[in-house]
Amino acid sequence: MLIQTSMFGEMTIEENDIILFPEGIPGFLEEKQFVIIPISEESPFLVLQSITSKEVTFVMINPFLFYPNYDITLPESAVSLLRLKKPEEALVYSIVVVKQPLNQSTVNLQAPIIIHPSEKLGKQVVLNDPRYQVKTPLILPQRKVSNG
Amino acid sequence: MLVLTRKSKESIMIGSDIEVTILSIEGDQVKLGISAPKEIDIHRKEIYLTIQNENQLALTQLSKQQLNQILSHLNDAGERNEER
Repeated sequence: MLIQTSMFGEMTIEENDIILFPEGIPGFLEEKQFVIIPISEESPFLVLQSITSKEVTFVMINPFLFYPNYDITLPESAVSLLRLKKPEEALVYSIVVVKQPLNQSTVNLQAPIIIHPSEKLGKQVVLNDPRYQVKTPLILPQRKVSNG
Repeated sequence: MLVLTRKSKESIMIGSDIEVTILSIEGDQVKLGISAPKEIDIHRKEIYLTIQNENQLALTQLSKQQLNQILSHLNDAGERNEER
């Protein structure tokens, strides 16, 4: 099917790529169907795009790449809604407020986007964990030095 | 809004499976215990509002080119690290 996106223009997606957010997400409760689009093969940034509203576009990262100590426990409401049997089944993303320059950007570590890929279900989970903030400064990952 | 008066240790029922109990009252702080089905999310309201607001702020109107331009600094930073 064809969808309109603010970042990539018109694009073709497979029905099978659509992830259902049964509750929408806070602030966008009517938006229930999204696709995840990598920005490029090598970029750690992805886009969460509503398939019905072109302008509902979020930039996300895999938080574990940027914050290696990030460690969350999903509340039972999320495990139940997403039909997760094992925690490893979940994909975890964090929404980024992108600013220029990039190091002014912030990452929402308090409310990660959790996806159960095989069930095509998603939910933004609000953690009750005082370690994680809504506006966490984006810390750019250090690439490993290849020649030691 | 329905208004009910309760004392410490008293409860209210919301439907048949949500129970809110006043655990203690100290000064202007009330400690609530909430028993609800596990499917139900329970949040402090201000946290939910903060997430809502942050999602609004996070809506991006960048084009792919603009985003790539901003993110190119990420690659530069990575390359500098590799050179060290």
